[in-house]
Amino acid sequence: MKISSKWLLSLAIISIAGMAYASEPITTLRSTAPDQESAAPRITNFEDNSIKRPRNYPEQPPTIPHDIEGYQIDGNANKCLSCHARSRTGDSGAPMVSITHFMDRDGQFLAAVSPRRYFCTQCHVPQKDVKPLVGNDFIDIDKLLPTNSTRIAE
Amino acid sequence: MINLLKRYWKILTTPSVHYSLAFLTLGGFVAGVIFWGGFNTALEATNTEEFCVSCHEMKNNVFAELKTTIHYSNRSGVRATCPDCHVPHKWTDKIARKMQASKEVWGKIFGTINTRDKFLDKRLELAQHEWARLKANNSLECRNCHSDESMDITRQSPRAVEAHQKFLFTGEKTCIDCHKGIAHHLPDMSGVPEWQ
Repeated sequence: MKISSKWLLSLAIISIAGMAYASEPITTLRSTAPDQESAAPRITNFEDNSIKRPRNYPEQPPTIPHDIEGYQIDGNANKCLSCHARSRTGDSGAPMVSITHFMDRDGQFLAAVSPRRYFCTQCHVPQKDVKPLVGNDFIDIDKLLPTNSTRIAE
Repeated sequence: MINLLKRYWKILTTPSVHYSLAFLTLGGFVAGVIFWGGFNTALEATNTEEFCVSCHEMKNNVFAELKTTIHYSNRSGVRATCPDCHVPHKWTDKIARKMQASKEVWGKIFGTINTRDKFLDKRLELAQHEWARLKANNSLECRNCHSDESMDITRQSPRAVEAHQKFLFTGEKTCIDCHKGIAHHLPDMSGVPEWQ
């Protein structure tokens, strides 16, 4: 009796999963079969100017509006900081690394960028003008809020 | 020994008995041309990428790093080879640099950088020599190809335009001041001015 109820449950799960699979077939970003060599996508240039892209949400790490090809960021050197470090912003005119980056994990502010925030490209990335591989229906919070408030008013 | 030297000195200082003046003059000229040609050919042979890369110290370290940069391969197919940046093009300067390079032969023989670790330990010192050299000659080797006169800043990114107008055209800075590590990886830059 016990075994049969287990079987029944797994059968139910499989059939539900199967239904879901049938209604929305899994698609792939791959243009050719995995064992075939596909044509490489065209290489496009990075956005390269000094115009800030606005953040899509307040916590978003700002994007890098310029080309950073060949910029060395490792234990030896950090090319980004040769313009964005506090002491360098006078000459470079670049925005200073945010003060939040000076804080270590104990909440103590250090004199310079904290080691945990040293590798800029972990969060900040340069941009390319390309067609996104998957659609995105992200709505900016400012656009979203009025709609909600009108709904509430109604 | 002294007598031997005296004998040869006598031969050199006495006028020729068997050969005519014309033969000696022309012969000397031809021998000079051959010697000079040979010297310059040998000099140029040491001034090629192939020659530099024939040592594993160059091939496995700095040359391997150059390969990923724009000075090695690019859209227009012009390559800056090792001597284009590291050896002056003018003859007198080139000879001076080549004489300094005899130190590199010493280094090769005694294996001062014959392993990756030894090379990395010495890298800052070696890099500092090159930075000092380029700073002193106002980045001459950069300017052999990149001159301010032919630099069309309207074709540059706004960032580059601003920096070049502010620092390069005013003569406040020279190429190497900002463009360190464009062809090779950088050593530990802590303590180097303008680096964090």
